[in-house]
Amino acid sequence: MARMELRGVVKRYGTVEVLRDINLDIADGEFIVLVGPSGCGKSTLLRMIAGLEPITEGDFLIDGARMNDMRPRDRDIAMVFQSYALYPHMDVARNMGFSMEIRRDPVEEKQSRVAQAAETLGLSALTDRLPKALSGGQRQRVAMGRAIIRDPKAFLFDEPLSNLDAALRVEMRLEIARMHHRLSATMIYVTHDQVEALTLADRIVVLNDGDIQQIGSPMDLYERPANRFVAQFIGSPTMNVVPVEGRDNGVQLRNGAVVSLPNVPDAKEAASLGVRPEHLELVADGQGDLVASADVVERLGSDTNIYAQVEGVGEIVVRNHGNTLVRSGERFGLRIPPEQAHVFSSDGTAILRRS
Amino acid sequence: MSVTRSNPILTVGKYLALSGYLVFALFPLYWLVKIAITPDRLIFTEGTDLWPSSTTLDNFRTVIFQTDFMAFFGNSLYVSLGTAAVTTLIAAGAGYAFSRFDFGGKKVIVAIMLITQMFPLLMIIAPIYKIVSSLGMLNSLTSLIVVYTAFNIPFATFLMQSFFDAIPKDLEEAAMMDGCTRFQALRKVIVPLTLPGLGATLGFVFTAAWSELLFALMLISDNASMTFPVGLLTFVSRFSVDWGQMMAAGSLALIPSCLFFIFIQRYLVQGLTSGAVKG
Repeated sequence: MARMELRGVVKRYGTVEVLRDINLDIADGEFIVLVGPSGCGKSTLLRMIAGLEPITEGDFLIDGARMNDMRPRDRDIAMVFQSYALYPHMDVARNMGFSMEIRRDPVEEKQSRVAQAAETLGLSALTDRLPKALSGGQRQRVAMGRAIIRDPKAFLFDEPLSNLDAALRVEMRLEIARMHHRLSATMIYVTHDQVEALTLADRIVVLNDGDIQQIGSPMDLYERPANRFVAQFIGSPTMNVVPVEGRDNGVQLRNGAVVSLPNVPDAKEAASLGVRPEHLELVADGQGDLVASADVVERLGSDTNIYAQVEGVGEIVVRNHGNTLVRSGERFGLRIPPEQAHVFSSDGTAILRRS
Repeated sequence: MSVTRSNPILTVGKYLALSGYLVFALFPLYWLVKIAITPDRLIFTEGTDLWPSSTTLDNFRTVIFQTDFMAFFGNSLYVSLGTAAVTTLIAAGAGYAFSRFDFGGKKVIVAIMLITQMFPLLMIIAPIYKIVSSLGMLNSLTSLIVVYTAFNIPFATFLMQSFFDAIPKDLEEAAMMDGCTRFQALRKVIVPLTLPGLGATLGFVFTAAWSELLFALMLISDNASMTFPVGLLTFVSRFSVDWGQMMAAGSLALIPSCLFFIFIQRYLVQGLTSGAVKG
């Protein structure tokens, strides 16, 4: 159980600044997901929390105690690595019990904890195997077993599912969610996969290029992105963002169409307009705000993605529930619901709506 | 499954090439043993026959019981084992540091180590002789261990570094997260996985020291501290060469190297780290 605080944390390699002024409070038992494109510094941040990477500036505290100079072993944090990092010369049981072996815990206690963890993770039949005799999913479970066995203050996950195939990834994602419910421990999880972020997190921290872009619950990020980066990073397919010119009570698209946005007081400042594919309303040709012609229609069963060209505006993606009748090459109208429109100023910051 | 059926001609060619190489490589060894078991009177009369008409172990008996061979052998063993142990220990430490840490002057040290490998040994024999003699260490086996160690460390370090490089850093970090100090992580996780590397380095340095002649010849003149390659030269007298005994001694000298490699070959089998990371 642990409360963590990052205060003005900076990471520099020589003159290269990879993380700038990171401030983050993590509540006890919270599931935090650090998400961002590769190279954004999310793994570095996690490694600084783990103690594997020194903190250049700022402070990191666990339960109020400064941790900057503590060795990893003194922080009482468990970590699951992307590569699993199982000890190849130890069998599954010894891999899982290694931390207790190092702490010289009583052998009986270690054995019973290992047996219990193996039971929970469905590894009971495999405890005497070496890692090389395990499948990817089983190795992943052993890595998780190794983390839970010692009842640490917090768990860190560094892209733990990225080496698994799609089906196994969904399964293990559920496993991690269950683990969080069962242990209600503080967890920090790094991923570049927004689905993992949205499904697992209590709060998501979106990082880009060394800066925190936004911190919020999954629905916060989806509904009220703070800027264009977050807006386009969260959600699939990606939010449509088109250049516009601000007007007094709405915005004007490049093709001349005006979308009135009575709920955006500062619409005048707008430089771009964003609408999620699932929020665009399909209407008959000639109606609505835009005229589009379907380019490619992807039918996914539950949904249909229509990639359409809009004259003077560019490519727009529309996501429609169920199976629409639109075929590729057909023309149709699109309505932009003002309450679902996101407006961004020229520097990409979101212009707030009146709710 | 797309297993390409191998062309029988290629297969035959492959085995022909392999056997050709084997014959080429092993024939001198065969000849060594053959001459060692040929009675002295037949050495010249049946010189080129593949197998002598009668065989004997007399040469071995003479070498073992009537010459200083066993002393040479013991000296060589002491020097080679000492060199192998000291070199491997230092090279393992240095290789680990090169593989895992960034420190000032790392590139310079690597460059210097490489440069030391570029000079022919002949060039530095005189200075080495001078140094060893001023230290009063001529005719001492320890001086040989020191010199051999110095010459083998660069290569052994690079060898060990490549073995450490092959072990993912994640493993040490995982061990440190599991509560190990860096040293515990090294001892409990890295060292067991580096055994093949340690074995290979030990074997390499041992054989290099075992067969070294030049320095041993220069630095040792006292019969009691001669190593085996120098001792072998005593079979060449001013008037004759005792081929049979020389070959018998040579055959015996092969034994430690062979034993050593039989002993470490199980550590040389690769793939010990498989299953550590990824699937």
